[in-house]
Amino acid sequence: MKSVLAASTAMFLAAPAMAEPSAEVLHWWTSGGEAKSVAVLQDQFKAEGGTWTDMPVAGGGGDAAMTALRARVLAGNAPAAVQLKGPAIQEWYEETGLADIGDVAGENGWAEVLPPQLAEHMKCEDQWCAAPVNVHRINWIWGNKQILDANGIAMPTSWDEFNAAAEKLKAAGITPLAHGGQNWQDATVFETLVLGLGGPDFYRAALIDLNPEALTSDTMKQVFDQLRTLRGYVDDNFSGRDWNLATAMVMNGEAAFQIMGDWAKGEFLAAGKVPGTDFVCWPAPGDGYLYNVDSFAFFEVEGEDKQQGQKLLAKLIMGPEFQKVFNLNKGSIPARTDVALDEFDDCAKQSNADMNADAGDGSLLPSYAHGMALRGAQAGAVTDVVTNFFNSDMSSDDAVQQLADAVAATM
Amino acid sequence: MEWLERNVPKLVLAPSFVAILVFVYGFIGWTAWVSLTKSKLMPRYEIDGFGQYGRLVASPRWDVAMDNLFIFGALFIVISMVVGLMLAIFLDQQIRSEGVLRTIYLYPMALSLIVTGTSWKWILNPGLGIQEMVRGWGFESFTFDWLIRPEMAIYTVVIAAVWQASGFVMALFLAGLRSVDTEIIRAAQVDGIPTHRIYTAIIIPTMAPIFLSAFIVLAHLAIKAFDLVIALTNGGPGYATDLPATYMYAMAFSRGDLGQAAASAMIMMMVIFAIVVPYLYSELRPRRDH
Repeated sequence: MKSVLAASTAMFLAAPAMAEPSAEVLHWWTSGGEAKSVAVLQDQFKAEGGTWTDMPVAGGGGDAAMTALRARVLAGNAPAAVQLKGPAIQEWYEETGLADIGDVAGENGWAEVLPPQLAEHMKCEDQWCAAPVNVHRINWIWGNKQILDANGIAMPTSWDEFNAAAEKLKAAGITPLAHGGQNWQDATVFETLVLGLGGPDFYRAALIDLNPEALTSDTMKQVFDQLRTLRGYVDDNFSGRDWNLATAMVMNGEAAFQIMGDWAKGEFLAAGKVPGTDFVCWPAPGDGYLYNVDSFAFFEVEGEDKQQGQKLLAKLIMGPEFQKVFNLNKGSIPARTDVALDEFDDCAKQSNADMNADAGDGSLLPSYAHGMALRGAQAGAVTDVVTNFFNSDMSSDDAVQQLADAVAATM
Repeated sequence: MEWLERNVPKLVLAPSFVAILVFVYGFIGWTAWVSLTKSKLMPRYEIDGFGQYGRLVASPRWDVAMDNLFIFGALFIVISMVVGLMLAIFLDQQIRSEGVLRTIYLYPMALSLIVTGTSWKWILNPGLGIQEMVRGWGFESFTFDWLIRPEMAIYTVVIAAVWQASGFVMALFLAGLRSVDTEIIRAAQVDGIPTHRIYTAIIIPTMAPIFLSAFIVLAHLAIKAFDLVIALTNGGPGYATDLPATYMYAMAFSRGDLGQAAASAMIMMMVIFAIVVPYLYSELRPRRDH
């Protein structure tokens, strides 16, 4: 009897050490290339002996997934890993606490292979709590090569050049700028202008620190003036248009330019277009690099198997192999700087080179329009003003005032 | 046994009574509580006063949403009732194939508002719909671009909503018209009273309760209007067609601002109360004329 008891006790004690890693992963990568990218991670996780519980929640650009997360957290049963990005990671950390994955980060030398700006997003009070998957560059201008050649236009290096090119195209009967009237697209163009016209320091003051003086400055008025000018280069049917339809306009030669993050490249490539011959990817005028980094945050979980799973997942996400395969599928570039880019296209190579260069001189900056720079309520307040300005005849003076008021109301 | 007989109705009703108590009134109370806190991503329960309501009133977007609610609500209710009444009167003229026509007019009600919104989005899109079609007929200067003009876009929501609801109102009124005592109408006709006077002086006044029902149904449809706006304009251009319900959704689910969302939900509920309470009062008070 005693020996049986001892044996079972021994088994009980030994069990946790032999526990198979398992992880429940909440994400909203459910469409074509994205789903394929997640499947890669899933396969790697299973190959290491883990049990993967997939929890894909589609809809609303992550809104639905966040609702599911809230319900799970309130029920005291958070998933092991959740697709989260930017300040939302720290916001959740303050609400519920996140798991410390510092030992995984330490063992695998994350600090050496990530640009310091990106690494900062992955930390909660100096401990690692999230792992980055990719880097999207936001401030790109996409151009239709045939149209530009036919009209003798080079890609613009300043916004004045852009305006001159647009006037020329307009006179030739071509829509200069393809744009979709959805508030995040308005915000994307706006932040590209803030960086392009104001420079990195102004961008930091205005859209990261929300400095009231920067928000009401003359530079900000110039940004709104240029936004109003751009409104004149957009066709009449832009309201509510999806970004990929705007990209299609550039592809089909209905429009010359689009200002959009590098997921637009995926549309071009999927249609069999070749960078350099059919379309051009060109950093938007001005100095700097706006990034959007997708990442997974790790919530606190009970049980050895789950904690093992979490650590394994963190290791795999930051593994060079996954970073390469995932980003080839998704059109972004790896967050790790030491991944060989031989299989990537020229746009991705340029994106990577610019990221490394800008990381050194402080002009590698988080995108506000894509939830990397500000918390939800503040980013939303800025977007409300921008989108209202773009869709009305508000003056730039009124716009900067409204901007400052709206931001102050969320503090 | 006798006890059982007396209490069976109470026992049967008890579960749904408890469910309503918790899931309706309980959560109204919870929302009211949250609206008084500084809740952001997750609910917090320290009372903080009426700060969220102050923010709400100061927000230009909420202003637009409330204005839109009154424009949309008023036009939607009035036009739906007028169109519904006209259709009902025309159908009431003992015409042939009334059954078929009635079904055709009632059919939009069977569609989901998402379907209505999406199809009207295409019909009203200047590059695809009516404007493009009329221009294709040779009227090059024809313009119908309300959908993309911020100051007019809310009226496109009215158009789609009226299209959806007026058939239903017609059915209500048609039932009302049929319930009017034909003897009175005959007597009026014998007296040589013109038809339009019969309608304005006899039939419509006797239908007053139907008007009230139609009003209440339409009013609550207007206040909770959400899916139609999401499908038709998604609140745009800009936030020109935001309604309180879409504002609340944006705050609660996109922005992680639960306190704001709860405050806006409370205001919406008060607007509904302002309409429903007088109605209940008039319905429930003891009638003197009986």
